Amino acid sequence: MTFEPKIIGILCNWCSYTGADLAGTARMKYPANMRSVRVMCSGRVDPGFVFDALAHGADGVLVCGCHPGDCHYVEGNYKCLRRIPLTQRLLQEMGIDPKRLRLEWVSASEGGRFQKIVTEFTEEIRALGPLKLRDMKFDMNRPDRYSLMAEPGDKEHTY
Amino acid sequence: MKSITIDPITRLEGHGKIHLFVNDDGSLANCYFQVPELRGFEIFARGRPVEEMARITTRICGVCPDAHHMAAAKAADAVYGAQLPPAAVKLRNLVYNAFFAGDHATHFYALGGPDFVCGPDAPPGERNILGVVAKVGLEAGKKVIAQRAAGQRIIEIIGGKKVHPVTAIPGGMSKRVSKEEQAEMIKLGEQMVEFGKFTIQVLNDVVLANKAYVDMILSDAYAHQTYNMGLVDANNKVNFYDGKVRVVGPDGKEHAKYEPKDYLDYVAEHVEPYSYLKYPYLKKVGWKGFVDGVDSGVYKASPLSRLNVSDGMATPLAQAEYERFYKTLTGDASGKTMVHATLATHWARVVELMYACEATLQQAKDDEITSDKIHNPPQGIVGEGVGIVEAPRGTLTHHYKTDQNGFVTEANLIVGTTNNNAPITMSIKRAAEGLIKKGTPITHGILNRIEMAFRAYDPCFGCATHSLPGEMPLELVIHDARSGDVVDVVCRNC
Amino acid sequence: MTKPKLAVYWAASCGGCDIAILDIEEKILAVADFFDLAFWPCVADFKYKDVAALDDGAITLTLFNGAIRNDENFAIAELLRRKSVVLCAFGSCASDGGIPGMANFYDRQAIFDYVYGKSPSTVNPDKVYPQPLTKVPEGEVYIPAMWDAVWTLPQVVDVDYIIPGCPPQSDQIAAVVGAVIDILKNGKPLPPKGTVLGATESTCCDECLRQRDVKKIKKFVRPFEIIPDPDLCLMEQGILCVGPATRGGCGAKCVAAGMPCRGCYGMPANVRDQGAKMASALASVIDSTDPEEIDRIVAAIPDPLGTFYRFTLADSLLRRAQA
Repeated sequence: MTFEPKIIGILCNWCSYTGADLAGTARMKYPANMRSVRVMCSGRVDPGFVFDALAHGADGVLVCGCHPGDCHYVEGNYKCLRRIPLTQRLLQEMGIDPKRLRLEWVSASEGGRFQKIVTEFTEEIRALGPLKLRDMKFDMNRPDRYSLMAEPGDKEHTY
Repeated sequence: MKSITIDPITRLEGHGKIHLFVNDDGSLANCYFQVPELRGFEIFARGRPVEEMARITTRICGVCPDAHHMAAAKAADAVYGAQLPPAAVKLRNLVYNAFFAGDHATHFYALGGPDFVCGPDAPPGERNILGVVAKVGLEAGKKVIAQRAAGQRIIEIIGGKKVHPVTAIPGGMSKRVSKEEQAEMIKLGEQMVEFGKFTIQVLNDVVLANKAYVDMILSDAYAHQTYNMGLVDANNKVNFYDGKVRVVGPDGKEHAKYEPKDYLDYVAEHVEPYSYLKYPYLKKVGWKGFVDGVDSGVYKASPLSRLNVSDGMATPLAQAEYERFYKTLTGDASGKTMVHATLATHWARVVELMYACEATLQQAKDDEITSDKIHNPPQGIVGEGVGIVEAPRGTLTHHYKTDQNGFVTEANLIVGTTNNNAPITMSIKRAAEGLIKKGTPITHGILNRIEMAFRAYDPCFGCATHSLPGEMPLELVIHDARSGDVVDVVCRNC
Repeated sequence: MTKPKLAVYWAASCGGCDIAILDIEEKILAVADFFDLAFWPCVADFKYKDVAALDDGAITLTLFNGAIRNDENFAIAELLRRKSVVLCAFGSCASDGGIPGMANFYDRQAIFDYVYGKSPSTVNPDKVYPQPLTKVPEGEVYIPAMWDAVWTLPQVVDVDYIIPGCPPQSDQIAAVVGAVIDILKNGKPLPPKGTVLGATESTCCDECLRQRDVKKIKKFVRPFEIIPDPDLCLMEQGILCVGPATRGGCGAKCVAAGMPCRGCYGMPANVRDQGAKMASALASVIDSTDPEEIDRIVAAIPDPLGTFYRFTLADSLLRRAQA
């Protein structure tokens, strides 16, 4: 069974979400692996969103905003332009492939571009494979578990 | 074979436990001192900017963070080839002596001291800071609180914070000291010197005047003929902040005197499977197990060791006390004869306390400490550095290797108390052997004296501005190791 | 009338929190007056067995410092949770993992392989590694197994309050304990469960006395590379300071002493991940709109991971490094 990546797309309301809508209404097919989240501006994208997504099952995160100079809020996308590389650096140092996070500018009229980007990104993530985070569980029933005497008078070791 | 565990050990360094095995005839078969924890500082140091290690390694110990701060700062200085302005070196020395003055006082009065001042057989309810106060007066308790507060205040002025100082950086210090702060420190220094004198008086009146205590100090049950290690300055006097590491054998002969950067030629660490803490030993002598003697690489690093490897103290009142110490215990005031009695460490600590107090006052009076020239930003990078200081409980070594940008690629730390891991193990065993004997019922006194054997090395924390009615409930549960049945239960204030 | 019981315990910690409690100096007498001590290994000789022998809920207040990184830490956390009415995660390690939490950049095997193997001073040709159970001629001895990663106290047991800081500053401790005594004495209600005590609702920047202006930074420098102006914001002088993403309450003492904040009071209110927030804040002040220049500036930030997550890695969204 082929691995179907789970991708979270965070799209800005004014340009990229509208561009995605255009792809939809023009019936441009793109993989259904991406779940879209609409934010008012790509400047709203906190690195925490990316970590949250990856920590809870996403294999990749795509962030889209207006082209530089076109931001509805003037400078928001510049903030995004700085946040994403820094987040990618943090991911890399945490041992997660930074290619799982991608930033693209998509304008309201670029439905075709949106279709292309999502298709490409999905295949990239498929090639990278699922994001398997290290197990955090611990087994408290190991035979060599350091046992604490539970009740006074127990015959076990006294600690 | 019966099994007895003391867990956790208390009024000592962080976490530890002792496992005693008692033969059926009541004599001691063996005893194991175990340290149950490890955090991994040497590993997560990798990737960190080396100058940040002075702020990260303080969290190895919150009682002696200043020791790690300085050792890491000195190592970082070496990594960058930094040249400190004289005012910065003076500030570091001053804060470091103030730190020792507070820390040693805490131990003497509240931790190890009660065993010494009240006596090892005193009832548990008395064998704590309250008992000390009863013996020497309520004023003493207030003075100890004031002494600790004085040390912490000086650390706050120079180091920025009371716990986990921040100001030592490659090339100097980040914070200036104002004239008002200097005046405050001079006052605190004067208070400290008086406290040092007062402590010597306490020692005289309560301990040395009592022949039974002196006999106990000199007794064989608490003596170890091991090597000794400590930092000495250019005149071979005790110095906590800087110098060369001198190692002297139990026979009084110098084994080594090395620069910090050469420590790996002299010190190695041994591993046992039942404890997370390693056992440093002298490389050139070799690890021969937990044994005494000139052929065994086991060494002590403690106030006693520092006095043993030095030719004296750099301040007058401390020097007088140093001479009195050696005259009383060896007959020779020059200090050339080593003192091997573990319990004498408490007295050695008082000698150092006096020095720390005098040095604090002396250095606080030096007007250069208010200079604005306290930082020479370093220009290049060497890429490796070793910083060694004396922590109150032993020689502390920080070693860092970095890349070309000063990010740590490798870190190696040998921490104060770690040096004494083997001696502590041996002291506990020696005490236990002497006390757990065929036909002798195991009593509360045994627990006390076993604890005393390692408490002399000074727990890794000073903790007692606070008087607790020390009930010290202790329960010794003896199991028959075959059936697991409880054979006997000895309670003390349960 | 019996006095309420107090317990203070340290798990994977350094003892600094215990010292900070003692640094409230004479106020400790009011504490000793009001409470009976049930357990405090740093200071008194009560053993684990004494705690186990108490009834559940016998301890009114437990201040638990230190992270959870081995079996013993976990066992005592569970024990004290059962025996306590109010359990506080005291200090950075218990609340967020603290500095020991940085071990989550690696794992237990990496630690063991170095500490007992490759460290330059270690001589261990037989590759002896500590293990939980060791057979010795006389029988068996054991030590708690070390976990592969560091956990925080709230991640393993139910916690009532958080008191952040490394250590919590003594004036804050005095205020918190004083408030608790007041509540217990006068029958007032306790604060809502989960409240963060001894800290403000804002960030460290709010307490900092340095002058702040518009932040536009093109280059970051290491704290020792320059002699910063003592009156101006450190970040504006290019020194990376985690103040903007750190909860207030400490009095900004480090910054007053000329050193940048490293985030020891943990996440600000309503922030889930301190490192992410710091990255976000930093990106806002980087002065560039050119992608190549941005890449260069980002690549030159010194150790963002170890600086932004220094105290809170174990409590972050990703919790540990993956490689």
